[in-house]
Amino acid sequence: MNLALLGGLLGLGFVLGVLIAILEVYGPKILRLCASVYTWVFRSIPEILLLLLVWFGPSQFGVQISPFFAAVLALGLRSSAYQAEIFRGALQSIPSGQTLAARALGLSRLGTIRHILLPQALRLSLAGWGNEFAVVLKDTTLAYAIGVVEVMRQARYIASRNFPLTLPAYILVALLFLAATYFGLFVIGKLEERLRIPGLEARR
Amino acid sequence: MLLRVVDLHKRYGREEVLKGVSFFLEKGETKVIIGPSGTGKSTLLRCINRLTEPDRGRIWLEDVEITSPKVNINRIRAQIGFVFQDFNLFTHLTALDNVRLGLMRVKGMGKKEATARALQELARVGLADKAKAYPAELSGGQQQRVSIARALAMDPKLILFDEPTSALDPELIGEVLAVMEDLAKSGMTMLVVTHEMGFARSVADEIIFMEKGVILEQGPPEQIFYSPKHPRTAEFLRRITDLYGGNR
Ligand SMILES: Nc1ncnc2c1ncn2[C@@H]1O[C@H](COP(=O)(O)OP(=O)(O)OP(=O)(O)O)[C@@H](O)[C@H]1O
Ligand SMILES: [Mg+2]
Repeated sequence: MNLALLGGLLGLGFVLGVLIAILEVYGPKILRLCASVYTWVFRSIPEILLLLLVWFGPSQFGVQISPFFAAVLALGLRSSAYQAEIFRGALQSIPSGQTLAARALGLSRLGTIRHILLPQALRLSLAGWGNEFAVVLKDTTLAYAIGVVEVMRQARYIASRNFPLTLPAYILVALLFLAATYFGLFVIGKLEERLRIPGLEARR
Repeated sequence: MLLRVVDLHKRYGREEVLKGVSFFLEKGETKVIIGPSGTGKSTLLRCINRLTEPDRGRIWLEDVEITSPKVNINRIRAQIGFVFQDFNLFTHLTALDNVRLGLMRVKGMGKKEATARALQELARVGLADKAKAYPAELSGGQQQRVSIARALAMDPKLILFDEPTSALDPELIGEVLAVMEDLAKSGMTMLVVTHEMGFARSVADEIIFMEKGVILEQGPPEQIFYSPKHPRTAEFLRRITDLYGGNR
């Protein structure tokens, strides 16, 4: 359950994050402002509050959404704001000469973003992305507050039925998170290695 | 006439960088622009393909007005090569991909055809064996030659060079100038900003001396170098030979 949640929120966060970063850097002024407000809002509200807002908000207007969907939405929106900042930093660190050369070839603004800037920015943001992964992995346990049957909740079940198992259950959960983080960062590390541009970045 | 520039003006804030520049370029001609730093040479080149928007004045490439608001500027830029002082190769792409990007993404050429064409241009600048190398694995001279191949692959009507050797170590300048000289001889139309007086003298059909946003003098190399009409031209040439030596 946590993994599905993680996949959902990272995916949502990634797509939105990249879009918002592009708007923030290259969009028209008004959209740029919207993007800045967006990242400000979703980085300011405590995640547990955000979760509750998304969960209870719609039901006030008679719209029922599943706790799982609410969790993906709330955590995904929040993650997208952080991911947008990661990509924005990466986009802005690309030297302006890259854009000049692309435009001089006759590439359109969009073509330049797609073929020149995005591929470079995605590589540059891998390290930041690894960090975000480690953070949101732990955030998935918050979904327990709105009743998603995720791993923390299951540990609580076990603990409430069989008191002596409380500590082992929590330790098991901790171990699961250790393993998941290790595995995730391992994959991202491999990806970084695969995508390293020869001669450009220092080897580790 | 291949390129015609008429009364070009450009201002950055309160500073007027181009104050009415006019000149033309015939097909197959090489003209070299010289002049002190901060004179507006780069600005002029960038106005020609509208990487920088001029404030006033008109530019024609053959019979198409580049400065017309209706023109599709991307189509125009695809016909004008631009070689930058610091190469600006796409750092995430191999030499081959750098050269074929424009063919595939701007001209819509198929991969096979684009690859063949790109390899041909890399061979032309003497880098057939470096097709798989990334920019960071190449010397400055090699990078600049790749960037010339990238421009050439587009079949440009004209190539603009903005101090193509100024970022290079002295021992690497020669290989780039040699490629440019071959190009000029092969009939390419070129507009070159450079401090390489040897190149200007031996390759240029005409030299344009610019200072403070205006063209002070233009004429064949013999005139500019041996009997300049304007005292500022003579003074500039004296200073530049002191700085860079006379025979390069
Ligand atoms: N984007 C810009 N914004 C503001 N001022 C600029 C900009 N680009 C150039 N300038 C100014 O315009 C003037 C002319 O610059 P330009 O780069 O065209 O000169 P140049 O003749 O190419 O000089 P150099 O030989 O040093 O390359 C300079 O004073 C410069 O500071
Ligand atoms: Mg310049």
